[in-house]
Amino acid sequence: MTNANPTIRLRGLSKSFGDKKVLDGIDLDVATGTSMVVIGGSGSGKSVLIKCILGLIEPDEGVIEIDGIDVLKAPREQRMELRSRIGMLFQNGALFDSLTVWENVAFGLLAQKKCTRSEARERAAGVLAQVGLAASVGDLSPAELSGGMQKRVGLARAIAAQPEILFFDEPTTGLDPIMGAVIDGLIVDCVKRMGSTAIAITHDMASAVRIGDRAAMLFKGRIVWEGLASALLDSGNEMVDQFTHGRREGPIQMELRK
Amino acid sequence: MTAALDFVAWLGRFVLAACTACGRLALFCVSGLSHIVRPPFYGRMFLRAIIDIGYTSLPVVALTATFTGMVLALQSSTGLSRFSADSAVASLVVLSVTRELGPVIASLMVAGRVGASIAAEIGTMRVTDQIDALSTLSTNPMKYLVAPRLLAGLIALPLLVLIADILGVMGGFIIATVKLNFNTQTYLRNTLDFIQTDDVVSGLVKAAVFGVLITLMGCYQGYNSKGGAQGVGQATTSAVVAASVLILAFDYVLTEMFFAR
Ligand SMILES: Nc1ncnc2c1ncn2[C@@H]1O[C@H](COP(=O)(O)OP(=O)(O)OP(=O)(O)O)[C@@H](O)[C@H]1O
Ligand SMILES: [Mg+2]
Repeated sequence: MTNANPTIRLRGLSKSFGDKKVLDGIDLDVATGTSMVVIGGSGSGKSVLIKCILGLIEPDEGVIEIDGIDVLKAPREQRMELRSRIGMLFQNGALFDSLTVWENVAFGLLAQKKCTRSEARERAAGVLAQVGLAASVGDLSPAELSGGMQKRVGLARAIAAQPEILFFDEPTTGLDPIMGAVIDGLIVDCVKRMGSTAIAITHDMASAVRIGDRAAMLFKGRIVWEGLASALLDSGNEMVDQFTHGRREGPIQMELRK
Repeated sequence: MTAALDFVAWLGRFVLAACTACGRLALFCVSGLSHIVRPPFYGRMFLRAIIDIGYTSLPVVALTATFTGMVLALQSSTGLSRFSADSAVASLVVLSVTRELGPVIASLMVAGRVGASIAAEIGTMRVTDQIDALSTLSTNPMKYLVAPRLLAGLIALPLLVLIADILGVMGGFIIATVKLNFNTQTYLRNTLDFIQTDDVVSGLVKAAVFGVLITLMGCYQGYNSKGGAQGVGQATTSAVVAASVLILAFDYVLTEMFFAR
């Protein structure tokens, strides 16, 4: 770990697909060594938001600063370098299906040439154990795993190289409640012990309160509320209240997604 | 009047879109090729690609080449006998196979097999976020996925075509001697006397170019596919069609370059 100071700062981030405005002027700050939980309805643009920060989707407008570097204006090499400091768990796992599970987990380590194949294999087994998978799972191919297991392998791959910044897209979706709690603990561990900065998207309020320092709610492409994650369940904001308590009546009406 | 304007507008849009597509493809190609010579190198990926493209295509290429040589001997002997020019069968077979049919038929077969599988594999990786995942793991997808395949195509195709040449000529030889009752010695001498290094080399250069075209179209279509299974299916079709058309077009251009003086 370097002593760098990764802080994520977003200003006026906007993105449309065709004439559909997905992000509409997002302002958000994530302080170094803290975790931000992002909640919001399905299709509200949460995944698009972190893909923009990662540089996988080019936003139409706005500023993204990581570590004080203006990502969108930075030269290609620097963007690549920055991206390699970020670990990402994709919503669908995105495991490489032509490789075995342990090669997936060790992929970042091997790519950075920080260790030999046999060392990488040992470290992969260690990380797999952290997400509750036996070392023997390492020899299977991703297609042989259940959905929840794939998610955990994706998580293991994201944290294996101990990146300074971590993005989790629904880390506990598809896991049983106990495993969900274990994964939450692991995420808290990464943030607290390794000092990583994290953004986590989740639909699970218990998990949001467990892993987040702060929380933000996304609705119609805007941040409608931001505050302490511990205040999520009684925030005083009508929209957040309706969302966190899962009520049908309230300011948020179900509408057909365009 | 408006119909005419509409047509001009449509034509303009079409030309612009075509230019954009060509430009994108050219940039993709330059970027992919430039990654071949810049480290880091992915030996494992290259080995896998060589096996996929070269080794597993051997049976198909061998069979098609042999049959092509056989048909060629049969057809040319019936045609040439009308001019009492039977003795030209050997030279006709060896020239056609090494200059033209070996490279083109082998490449078309490989385009169908390998172009499709490359497009499907990379396309699936695209729509399941695996390509995005690569770039978050300190790996440049162009370098990891595209460059090794381009290099493998560049190397594997000439080797395949060399084998196709030998088998094609052999197929012709077998038909000529067994079925058409040519004298073994004379046929062999005619074959060897007539063939020149240029004939074979030009065929191998063609093969190398075709190899890059096949893998390039597979990678390009896969890399830019979107929209789930259907998108991947489309990418696969486009890759094979585009590669086949480009092979025949470049075949003409290269032949013009080599032989039209
Ligand atoms: N590549 C794309 N092209 C076109 N539209 C897209 C693309 N990616 C996302 N969208 C649209 O952007 C909107 C937000 O998508 P996003 O994946 O960010 O939702 P989400 O908040 O992550 O939802 P969920 O909780 O269901 O994962 C959706 O309406 C989706 O249709
Ligand atoms: Mg999502």
